Amino acid sequence: MIEPNRQGEVWVFAEQEDGSLHDVVLELCGKARELADRLGVAVGAVLPGANVAGLAERLIAQGADRVYVVEDPRLAHYQTLPYAHVLCTLIDEHRPQIVIYGATPLGRDLAPRVASTVRAGMTADCTDLEISDVADSRTKTLHEKLLLQIRPAFGGNIIATIVNYDQWPQMATVREGVMPLLPPDPGRKGHVIRQHVEIDDALLAVKLIERHLEPRKVNLKGARVIVAGGGGVGSKENFRLIHELAAAIGGAVGASRAAVDGGYIGKEHQVGQTGTTVRPALYIAAGISGAVQHRAGMEESAKIIAINKDRDAPIFSVAHYGIVGDLSKVIPMMIRALKQRAVSSRQ
Amino acid sequence: MPYDSIVCVKQVPDTANVTIDTMKDDGTVNRAALPAIFNPEDLYALEVALEVKDTYGGTVTAITMGPPKAADVLRDCLHRGADRTILITDRRAAASDTLATGYILSQAIRTIGRYDFVFCGRQAIDGDTAQVGPQCAEKLGIGQVTYLERLVGLSDRTVRIRRNIGHGWEVVETRLPALVTVLQTANQPRPPAAKRVIRFKRARVEAELAAEVRRDMPDAAEESRQAEVRRRSEALKQAGLLIEQWDLDRIGADLSRCGVAGSPTKVFRVQAIVLTKEGYTEIPPTEEGVGRMIHELVVDRTLG
Repeated sequence: MIEPNRQGEVWVFAEQEDGSLHDVVLELCGKARELADRLGVAVGAVLPGANVAGLAERLIAQGADRVYVVEDPRLAHYQTLPYAHVLCTLIDEHRPQIVIYGATPLGRDLAPRVASTVRAGMTADCTDLEISDVADSRTKTLHEKLLLQIRPAFGGNIIATIVNYDQWPQMATVREGVMPLLPPDPGRKGHVIRQHVEIDDALLAVKLIERHLEPRKVNLKGARVIVAGGGGVGSKENFRLIHELAAAIGGAVGASRAAVDGGYIGKEHQVGQTGTTVRPALYIAAGISGAVQHRAGMEESAKIIAINKDRDAPIFSVAHYGIVGDLSKVIPMMIRALKQRAVSSRQ
Repeated sequence: MPYDSIVCVKQVPDTANVTIDTMKDDGTVNRAALPAIFNPEDLYALEVALEVKDTYGGTVTAITMGPPKAADVLRDCLHRGADRTILITDRRAAASDTLATGYILSQAIRTIGRYDFVFCGRQAIDGDTAQVGPQCAEKLGIGQVTYLERLVGLSDRTVRIRRNIGHGWEVVETRLPALVTVLQTANQPRPPAAKRVIRFKRARVEAELAAEVRRDMPDAAEESRQAEVRRRSEALKQAGLLIEQWDLDRIGADLSRCGVAGSPTKVFRVQAIVLTKEGYTEIPPTEEGVGRMIHELVVDRTLG
């Protein structure tokens, strides 16, 4: 348990695999920068791995002031215990006030283990982070500039804001895709600090035997436009319309859980709390009723078009454009309108 | 070679099936109206433990932390094949966050004593944090293997587990004891066995017996009620139908690490999601309407 250190840095855990940084790390650097500027402190990135020092430059370009590089051949593949040991050692030494991790499978394995060792608070799966003063109603104490850790809870039916008064660092995992990815600034300057952390053999109790990676076939997170279909599409055959609209608009194909469960399309296309969180420039939801679990994964999109037969469908509550109608008629109209535009812009 | 497993289970509100009956008029969810269910992923954790027992022998002990009503999920564990069940219930444990919960569970597991595996569901559907498993493992000072898809090998107290890593899988090997969290893709949980349902129908935890005695003997003095509770629980124990009830003293918990005092995270604010139907431009489902919308999207540079 560490006392609050108000001069402490804002840290990002720099998750990497085989020498490339996870996208969420780049998103978090931008958010950490914003939080650190509010607090008037520096941004640190913790980068454990083998031969990873080359990634420090990118972290600095994304907003880090200091990159703590911990290189050891035994850190080549992620394992809970040695990675947690590295984090805990550096936290003890530098006493950051905030540590954020991507809410990836790896981040959600590592972060609670670190929090338990340090005996600090830990909030999973945040969708927003802010700095604010908080009054403790019980003790009538005002806590200045705390990290507000904002997350959906209760199956997405409520939004909870969690704070940690005095058992620091304030730690959270943050969902992928919810923080905007800021453009890198190659001119930014920062420091690379090499740290040595002793890794005892006892920490290597879990051995990696075999590993199989599936290349990401669907790039929902990177898409500017997503056309998503739901249970209302009705059949796998009808789902062809979703693909056609996506092709006409130059977007990716997404789906709600109902469409995935109905076998219309593979799970890798699923958007929502159990699928991918997205924030494209345009999200078209066709035949998606808009269960909270789905809305949680797409409501941050810049523009949302909802097409649904049911005027009362919850999806309309997050829409910018709503079309109450039959998608099998509306989608072909959209495709024709897009083609006309292409023709007229060429003339 | 037999293996002893402990399975951590939780009773949760069914947040995945919010219906019109569980919505309030203001468009928010009435949490109290949601039915209490066996946390879905914990059923898969229980099944892995039962399969280990079926194949190698050993025992399965299910534990849960919660109010007396949470004994429901322990009865379900008995129906499906658990050998022993323990309810950790104590008002002083209320409002524990994940750190405090991990600590309390670890103290209960230490009190049980010998074990090879601790199995947990990956996460519970009320909080979706997936933190209690790893935090409990840390408190026990044992290794953790999260996201089990399949137990691929077990011999001589060394286990091989295939775990999901999001964009693929890996097989890892570790010596036991270890804590393992389980995904829903791991197996097909067995249903409750009819014979066991009948056999454990009357299984009760002491707090439930106390409530029954209060109902059966409304006018009796407190002392005679307590004597009756003791008599009934002894009878159930003899019949192998007593669900053990432990409080924080029984597990030697440091009270400063439980409940509100032991929870670094505080809920500052809760906002209910309100369904509204305002704020969007309605486009008529016509060629003209759709064309105008596409034009607007081009003009504001969303498209193109």
